[in-house]
Amino acid sequence: MSSRIDGLLDIQRPGDATVFSAEARASALELMGRYPEGQARSALLPMLHLVQSEQGYVSADGIAFCAELLDITKAQVAAVATFYTMYKRKPTGEYLVSVCTNTLCGLLGGDEIYATLSEALGVGHEGTTADGSITLEHAECLAACDFAPVLTVNYEYFDNQTVASAEGIVGQLRSGTRPLPTRGAPLCSFREIERQIAGFVDTRPESITAEATGIQTEAGVRLAVERKESAPSYAASEPAAGAAGDPHSGQMTGSSANDAPLKTAESDAAASGNAAIPGSASDTAQATDGTQAKGE
Amino acid sequence: MGLTPVLTKRFGTNQPWRIDNYEALDGYAGLRKALTMTPDEVISVVKESTLRGRGGAGFPTGMKWQFIPQNDGKPHYVVVNADEGEPGTCRDLPLMMNDPHSALEGIIIACYAVRAQSAFVYIRGEAIHAIRRMAQAVDEARAKGYLGKNVLGSGLDFDIVIHSGAGAYICGEETALLDSLEGKRGQPRLKPPFPATNGLYDAPTVVNNVGTLACVPYILLGGSGWWKKMGPEGSPGTCIYSLSGRVTNPGQYEAPMGTTLRELLEMAGGVREGHELKFWTPGGSSTPMFGVEHLDVALDFDSVAKAGSMNGTSAVMIFDESDSVPVAVMKWTEFYHHESCGKCTPCREGNYWMAQALRRVVYGGATMEDLDTLIDVCDNVLGRSFCALGDGATSSITSGLTLFRSEFEDAVANGGVPGYAGRARTLVGAH
Repeated sequence: MSSRIDGLLDIQRPGDATVFSAEARASALELMGRYPEGQARSALLPMLHLVQSEQGYVSADGIAFCAELLDITKAQVAAVATFYTMYKRKPTGEYLVSVCTNTLCGLLGGDEIYATLSEALGVGHEGTTADGSITLEHAECLAACDFAPVLTVNYEYFDNQTVASAEGIVGQLRSGTRPLPTRGAPLCSFREIERQIAGFVDTRPESITAEATGIQTEAGVRLAVERKESAPSYAASEPAAGAAGDPHSGQMTGSSANDAPLKTAESDAAASGNAAIPGSASDTAQATDGTQAKGE
Repeated sequence: MGLTPVLTKRFGTNQPWRIDNYEALDGYAGLRKALTMTPDEVISVVKESTLRGRGGAGFPTGMKWQFIPQNDGKPHYVVVNADEGEPGTCRDLPLMMNDPHSALEGIIIACYAVRAQSAFVYIRGEAIHAIRRMAQAVDEARAKGYLGKNVLGSGLDFDIVIHSGAGAYICGEETALLDSLEGKRGQPRLKPPFPATNGLYDAPTVVNNVGTLACVPYILLGGSGWWKKMGPEGSPGTCIYSLSGRVTNPGQYEAPMGTTLRELLEMAGGVREGHELKFWTPGGSSTPMFGVEHLDVALDFDSVAKAGSMNGTSAVMIFDESDSVPVAVMKWTEFYHHESCGKCTPCREGNYWMAQALRRVVYGGATMEDLDTLIDVCDNVLGRSFCALGDGATSSITSGLTLFRSEFEDAVANGGVPGYAGRARTLVGAH
């Protein structure tokens, strides 16, 4: 907790909301408009991400900016800004490198990776290299334990890391090239990613299609295909009318192909994706067409 | 029964996150079916299915929906907890990244059932690729008429806002999440009143885990009887077991509730070659650890509770003989110390002092008295805070000291854990 308190003292009051551009202001208003009338404060967390996309951290100016737009006090905004780990108190580098050092990743190599990077970069937790390229942090669980040990760069996953591979990533970043994440979109800058997190979608077409799966993600479903195991089938084409009166009516024992685990992309590389799934599209089309209107 | 992919059945197919591919395989058929029923009938089906919340607590979902008061003239909300952050838990992010529409369809059905027009999906801020895929899915669903005005000709309006968090484990607790979603510090509220009557904006609110809601379209399609064919009566259905750590093939294994670790290890190729199972968690770091003697415990809510732990998020972290229990417990405790929101004194102070005592055990300087102090502090944290974070923080300490006390005593006697004793800490403590 100590750094939160230290950080709090770093805030230069009073802060100047006018340093934000008209575009930034319009973006903030758009975020506020996403919540029910009278509940614009719900946009505060996204707005603080927006502030970081403008300035690289939550500055006193950013706090004043949010307070003014939401008509709350700067103390109220600062209380929120200092609570959450993702809000940075000092200017962040172009790349935020987060190494998971929670128990599982830590024991599987994360501690060593963090220690090595820290030494190589000459910075500690939340430290930024002199050239402004990298901010290092040790992170709590990044929800990728099956790919341990993991690190993220601007929150995109680099899975199954070793000391050498992590050093390679950081080396590339410092030399101005952007390694491709294992899962997640091609890297952009910290400020750009903060704008996305604030709620403005990534417009790069390659981002949405970027990989989100891995051997671990598909481990169970691949094994099920191999072993020809599946969940008990249900008949998706069962007319809905029966379901209203008898919720058990879906309990069919027919062999609906819809319930079998799908062939995976790898085992089915030649086929064009879901077109290879027998019957599923036509089976459901008929049922769904007939059930569009409300029953009663 | 072996593996039963339902929620994971689209994983690895060609772009399963695109709505066309989703629709091609029963996608949104569950919603269409729900709209032919009355909202109360939808709640009945979910209630009869005995679906229990996948976020950790295992509360019956249908009952939660039924608690929402009707005809009260207030807006109702569905708030979706996608703030996955429990150490070991890595199930909701792959689900949202690979199959966002299952979650969206479940959310829309939930909105219909509890008569809500608006849903908010609170996604962990770090989970940028899940945010991308979910936001894209919302746009696709809106374009196809599953969201927006007069959904599928029902005369009803539904919409979903994707909301990013900012890095706080506590916001996985439902009332802290609500405060956070209202733009405040994420700190738990005293219950009662419960969110069902006084939730988001003080209005009736259902808070469900995203993985729970992703089950709903399948339950609507298959019926409650189909769902109950899998798993034990008290906590039926399929369960995504996330296996991680010292296992040959870590990953997501979807099998009926009640599958044992012995069976899961068989699926995952066993503990890594040349090593032996030592300790493991059935459902994340907040669930008391198990040892080799628990290999045959059925991993469902009731059986795990009976065996002295919790099914939690079915995050199975596996450790072998090379891993030190005191080190693991210390690191988990540092996590709770970092993530305690500071509202309740027992949790805030207890974790601070417990982390220090555990560092002494691991790095040297502890006395046997420290071990008794740890148990004593746990007694004073457990059950004495607003939310379950404090309770969860004590789980690894009490279970670790119960199952592996001699390892702690050895560490104390030897001036630390081998490999750690006397070593300068390379990691500054969590803060």
